[in-house]
Amino acid sequence: MFKAVVTITFKKSILDPQGSAVHKALKSLGYQEVEDVRMGKHVEILLRGEKRQEAETQVKEMCSRLLANPIIEDYQVELAEVEV
Amino acid sequence: MKFGIVVFPGSHGQTDCHYVFEQILQEPVTYLWHAEEDLQGVDCVIIPGGYAYGNYLRAGAIARFAPLMEQVIAFGKKGGLILGICNGFQILTEAGLLPGALIRNPSLRFQCQNTYLRVEQTETPFTNLCEQKEVVKMPIAHEEGGFVTDKETLERLEKEGRVILRYCNEQGEVTPESNPNGSLHNIAGIVNEQGNILGMMPHPERCVEAILGGEDGKKIFNSLVAWWQGGAGR
Amino acid sequence: MKEGFWREMGLSDDEYELIKEILQREPNEVELGMFGVMWSEHCSYKNSKNVLKQFPTTGPQVLQGPGENAGVVDIGDGQAVAFKLESHNHPSAIEPYQGAATGVGGIVRDIFTMGARPIASLNSLRFGSLKSKKTRYLFKGVVAGIAGYGNCMGIPTVAGEVYFHPSYEENCLVNAMCVGFMKHEDLAKGLATGPGNPVFLAGARTGRDGIHGATFASEEISEATEERRPTVQAGDPFMEKLLLEACLEVLKTGYVLGMQDLGAAGLTSSSCEMASRAGTGIEMDVAKVPCREEGMTPYEILLSESQERMLFVVQKGKEEEVRAIFEKWDLEVTIVGQVTADGLMTIKEGAEIVAQIPAQALTELCPRYDRETQEPEYLAQAQGYDLGALPEMEDYGKVLLTLLGTPTIASKEWVFNQFDYQGGTNTVVPPGSDAAVLRVKGYNKGIALTVDGNSRYVYLDPYRGGQIAVAEAARNLVCAGAQPLALTDCLNFGNPEKPEIFWQFKEAVAGMSEACRQLETPVVGGNVSFYNETKGEAIYPTPVVGMVGLVEDLAQVTTLGFKQEEDLIILLGQNKDELGASTYLSVIHGLEAGKSPEIDLELEKQVQQATLELIKMGLALSAHDCSEGGLAVALAECCLAGKMGAEIALTENIRPSSILFGESQSRIIISIHKSKIDTVLQHLKKLQVPSKVLGSVGGEVLSIAGSGWKVKVELAEMEEKYWRAIPCLMKG
Repeated sequence: MFKAVVTITFKKSILDPQGSAVHKALKSLGYQEVEDVRMGKHVEILLRGEKRQEAETQVKEMCSRLLANPIIEDYQVELAEVEV
Repeated sequence: MKFGIVVFPGSHGQTDCHYVFEQILQEPVTYLWHAEEDLQGVDCVIIPGGYAYGNYLRAGAIARFAPLMEQVIAFGKKGGLILGICNGFQILTEAGLLPGALIRNPSLRFQCQNTYLRVEQTETPFTNLCEQKEVVKMPIAHEEGGFVTDKETLERLEKEGRVILRYCNEQGEVTPESNPNGSLHNIAGIVNEQGNILGMMPHPERCVEAILGGEDGKKIFNSLVAWWQGGAGR
Repeated sequence: MKEGFWREMGLSDDEYELIKEILQREPNEVELGMFGVMWSEHCSYKNSKNVLKQFPTTGPQVLQGPGENAGVVDIGDGQAVAFKLESHNHPSAIEPYQGAATGVGGIVRDIFTMGARPIASLNSLRFGSLKSKKTRYLFKGVVAGIAGYGNCMGIPTVAGEVYFHPSYEENCLVNAMCVGFMKHEDLAKGLATGPGNPVFLAGARTGRDGIHGATFASEEISEATEERRPTVQAGDPFMEKLLLEACLEVLKTGYVLGMQDLGAAGLTSSSCEMASRAGTGIEMDVAKVPCREEGMTPYEILLSESQERMLFVVQKGKEEEVRAIFEKWDLEVTIVGQVTADGLMTIKEGAEIVAQIPAQALTELCPRYDRETQEPEYLAQAQGYDLGALPEMEDYGKVLLTLLGTPTIASKEWVFNQFDYQGGTNTVVPPGSDAAVLRVKGYNKGIALTVDGNSRYVYLDPYRGGQIAVAEAARNLVCAGAQPLALTDCLNFGNPEKPEIFWQFKEAVAGMSEACRQLETPVVGGNVSFYNETKGEAIYPTPVVGMVGLVEDLAQVTTLGFKQEEDLIILLGQNKDELGASTYLSVIHGLEAGKSPEIDLELEKQVQQATLELIKMGLALSAHDCSEGGLAVALAECCLAGKMGAEIALTENIRPSSILFGESQSRIIISIHKSKIDTVLQHLKKLQVPSKVLGSVGGEVLSIAGSGWKVKVELAEMEEKYWRAIPCLMKG
């Protein structure tokens, strides 16, 4: 069994209105050091299977087909084997 | 001219559209259930507003995989007329029938308000009854209506005259103040390369009667019928 | 039973003894939990029921009065509207977005449970001062929550009101109203009829969320309750949309005999209320309830307040037909039990009985209390304040602008632009007017909707305040061109165990009842929310009235804005020297004092009837009632909505502060075409309604002249204050 953690964020070139709002809010709380804030989505997927390579290919396919919109979003996949 | 309105489980603009075709335009109209695979021989597909699958993940992301959408995509690629309104526009971009994407409004709020739109192209199935640069008034109601795309695509859209509607002020000037949702180039509606698919965030079906505050939406629907009668339907 | 365990369930020692007497034995833990929630104030109305009996609840227009999920009134042509107002104050104070969202979800379910399709939502909100960060957080979250849920459902939110006052700083109020449309024959009820018929549960799975929400709503907010944030449920409007469509479709088949949504006290209340109303029992197996989490106990399953669930009884033999409809909508549906003839709620887990209680013991046998009452000490002093000694201000133009920029009076566009108020394409009059108007497609008629309640009037005189709440709601409808039909109420008060609070409650209800009788607008449903207190401080007593009216002819739809230059402005009713309880006193002098304005219900009725007649005759081109901010603010609002100025001359010998900003009741401002003046005045004379010509519409300035004084304010200045106030504060 694998657990995939997918992190989806807006591409750098796309304005991230939520991220900008949080950035402003953090500044107003006094965190002047904050340079940038990007908001994103966090998806956890548990999937059956034994071959890491296969699992990774599958999750990437899920990302490009459904989980992320490649026009505006980037994604990262972290895969870990887990006990059933 | 037979219209077909796509209904996803969480759509809610379908009854408003149905009313327009049946009562105002008096044209034949039918609902197309998302789980079916038959377009029932319609001449134009309407994808109405709403929250197709709750708009979870991204607006329109899940809807594009509905069984009916395969037929809609094929229909569009063959040159069939498709109009996507609001959530319908979002679905069309997710389905790859239109370029770009619609992201959250910079206000981070849902916005329901009237907007003025400048008609940029009139040689289209959707706007042929409008005057060039005509200013029309139509309401928007969305939280994710900011049109974005990469620079090259944007340039192409402009060069090819595929931006059909642009947010403007009452005088028809395209200004930052008249842009309600941060859309690039104040874009409110675009067509595909062949020009048979229009996606727009404003709601023409909500302004077809004076009693509801305006009739400009009728111009879109009447244009479709005129286009059909003028040749496309023969 | 552990000593005192019942107290943790919110039950008193006496109540525990009564339970033992009813059962003829000690209850087990599950049973005690069921009694705890069902006998909470929120479910049982044990403190309020005797007082609420005063409300008139009948009339030829009433198809369903209180006691069901919502009231229903006739609107002619075999059509009806179902409507109800309900509070979700406590959850919203803890988690504003989800609290408000699930408040909308709950009231929407109440409406479609009756067989009506929801066509509009309204809301009445109360917050502390917008200058406080906490208020801005709550305000923003509540509005977004209402928008998030309602917009996703496709139900337009068409009207509402928001007041800001320090008494709500720690305890905001979120009252949501939903209105549904149906044909008479569609009326469904929450009855578990026909022993042997299966009981279905449909919709979301049951989780551990919201356990004891009803008991939570029946106590004061404290730091301890803040920590209970997890008990606030999260809403899933998409699931609710599916449930709505499936339920309306299944009701059409005629196979469903009774339906009830799962709200406060979850499965326990919906099942025992359905059985109790029908005089039957229900046997249920909690092991059959689909759960979201593992290892849930019977107690948790029975008390869970997970949202978007529905319980209903189906004609035996039609199970498969019903199941198919829910499956079409991708919803889980399960038979969890059956109706029995023994009048008992028998709860099993597999073969084992885990609770057995007579259904009516949970509902009808709950004790009722006549709480002690005592006039509060603050009252005599506040009422007796010598307002005559207050100095007159130098610049009343400035005062007017200040009032227009006060969040309670200023435009609520920031709020309602977040609501999808046009969906359904029926909204003829959108938010921002005295009342919203929705047309009925295919007919030349419409319904008018409003929600109203000024708590300062109630605080300073609960009886009058109660009268005014009803009168003003009716007046709002009349100004839109509608005949008021009936109302729903939401009574928000502090801790009823305090004699002063209960006195406020009793007086307010008495005043409301009197006004309901006089104005022939019966109460067809409602909700009581007590314990709106934080650290011993109660909110201002806040009865809110949601009212529905009928517009017979859409040509009669009227709005507040002045329509054209040179029209004449007429006041129906009388200006009096009454500054008590006014917004002016509160905002300008920081005073919450004086007597609430007088109200003569006979005059009120006359003014309303006359206005409606003038509208029907096509003579009144605009109509607006005088409320917060008095005559001057009302005139300014007519100018702002019409984008034109007005020139007004006042002849009464009343000091400027009072005549401009006093909130005397039963006053409506109309405008008419100048050529019709004789007809209008003659008609008003015939009706014996006091009236006078105030001036005329025109220009870009609102000027009001009295004897020896004059106020002049530019339209542009008023616009700046009125439209910008709330957006500016929310940016800060």
